[in-house]
Amino acid sequence: MIDMKVNICNIEFKNPVIAASGTFGFGQEYNEYFCLSRLGGICTKGLTLYEKEGNKGIRIHETTGGLLNSIGLQNPGIDKFIREELPFLEKQDTIIIANVGGSSIEEYIGAVEKLNETSIDIIELNISCPNVKEGGMAFGIKSEIAYEVVLEVRQVRKKPLIVKLSPNAENIVHMAESCVKAGADGLSLVNTFSGMAIDIYGRKPVFDNIIAGLSGPCIKPIALRMVYEVARAVDVPIIGIGGIVDYKDAIEYIMAGAWAVQIGSGNFINPTLSLDVIQGMERFMLDQGIKSLEEIRGVI
Amino acid sequence: MQEGYRKGKIESNIQIASNIYELKISLPYTCDSLGEPGQFYMLRGWGAMDPFLPRPISICDISHGIITFLYEVRGRGTHIISKLGPGDELEVLGPLGKGFNLDLEGSIALVSGGIGIAPMIYLAKRLDAIKDFYCGFRKEAYYIDKLKDHVNSIFISTEEGSIGHKGFITDLLKPEKYKGVIACGPIPMMKKVVEMCKHEGVPTYISMENRMACGIGACLGCTIQTSSGMKRVCKEGPVFSGEEVVFSD
Repeated sequence: MIDMKVNICNIEFKNPVIAASGTFGFGQEYNEYFCLSRLGGICTKGLTLYEKEGNKGIRIHETTGGLLNSIGLQNPGIDKFIREELPFLEKQDTIIIANVGGSSIEEYIGAVEKLNETSIDIIELNISCPNVKEGGMAFGIKSEIAYEVVLEVRQVRKKPLIVKLSPNAENIVHMAESCVKAGADGLSLVNTFSGMAIDIYGRKPVFDNIIAGLSGPCIKPIALRMVYEVARAVDVPIIGIGGIVDYKDAIEYIMAGAWAVQIGSGNFINPTLSLDVIQGMERFMLDQGIKSLEEIRGVI
Repeated sequence: MQEGYRKGKIESNIQIASNIYELKISLPYTCDSLGEPGQFYMLRGWGAMDPFLPRPISICDISHGIITFLYEVRGRGTHIISKLGPGDELEVLGPLGKGFNLDLEGSIALVSGGIGIAPMIYLAKRLDAIKDFYCGFRKEAYYIDKLKDHVNSIFISTEEGSIGHKGFITDLLKPEKYKGVIACGPIPMMKKVVEMCKHEGVPTYISMENRMACGIGACLGCTIQTSSGMKRVCKEGPVFSGEEVVFSD
């Protein structure tokens, strides 16, 4: 009998496959395709204290092996999320992680205080959205600033706190160490890479914001390397994210030291991809005689 | 529960005009509807992950279990699809989105620009109202014969004057003659149609297009501005009331 369970911040996940923030809405769209209770967990669309309309202009641009996005944290705001989206999520037998964005420490704190009083299981602090001006990206680049934010949020939060790191950090290992020192209970990495595209006929950037976030299989080798380096430097649970499109990718992240993984852009090309990954991991473990993920976690 | 991506078999895939192809596919039998006028499918004609994203293509017709798509080759994805032939497989997700309102009554104008003619075929077949069809093209006209049996009159325009009126299709449209106007085509055309109809107090229904990643409402990549906030072309649309869409300049 193989055991896919994983315990992160004293929360038990039935398997290590989590839907990544911003690629899964609040679950409803995917619930039309499969039973969400099959998932280890769901990260909500990035939430901010107040509603955000998101960015204007082109929001999606395909690249080789991935896509650039500039959605701009479009979300209904915390109150509306709690009122209209959380009741549905509560009914799913899976771990609910609220992804929280912000452009100031006060905004993060305001959002976290509201979430404290709800049934969500974990808070994932997004200090890395590249698509909003002052949108947390600054927090995600400099370790000293990230330390301040995490320290403040840590003091008010009543839920386990995972910090989602940006690959655009000046030094990903220093960033990870700073967040852990400030009290993060876990880390998830990585968010999208800063990238851009140019409309050569119009002689202008594709995106109104010029810079957008790159995700998809094209980032996987770099994201995997970052997870590997961070896993060796800190001793809190790590969730690996970046370009996972099959079970082999997921197993690589586990072997690099991740406790669990998040599926992001892969959801866009196949709404049932998470299930394929879960089943593929199970089969792999069975074939390889692996009884629990701990046996292979960080083996390299 | 909806099915995820399934394999469709290509029955035919032929070029009908410069850069315009007609694709017919069959799907494994299912009790579910193959789609309503105005809905679309995500199509992927390649096995690996390059190109990364599937392509949204609207339903042109459904008959005897065969779905027809009419598409314009615009980039690598549609180029790859255009090279497929009978017997080849295609991965499809759908039907998706919210289609046209089929309860309209009285006299209705259908207005298309270029490849916007695609959803009009199935719509003309399924909409019981009295329909006039206005179709504009840049150079060559195509697919008009498919509509003949289902509409009252056909008005044609080409920008170069090779067939029909020389100019834009909106030059020919007389909104005051109709109880409603349905349009699909380039944004400037639809904007013009909506403006003309607003002036006459005629309701409009327009089928929007946008870049999409997921096609199911999750990525928020295809949202447009409306009078009641941001809406997803793939989920709340692609058909919107013309009055609610906020056209950007």
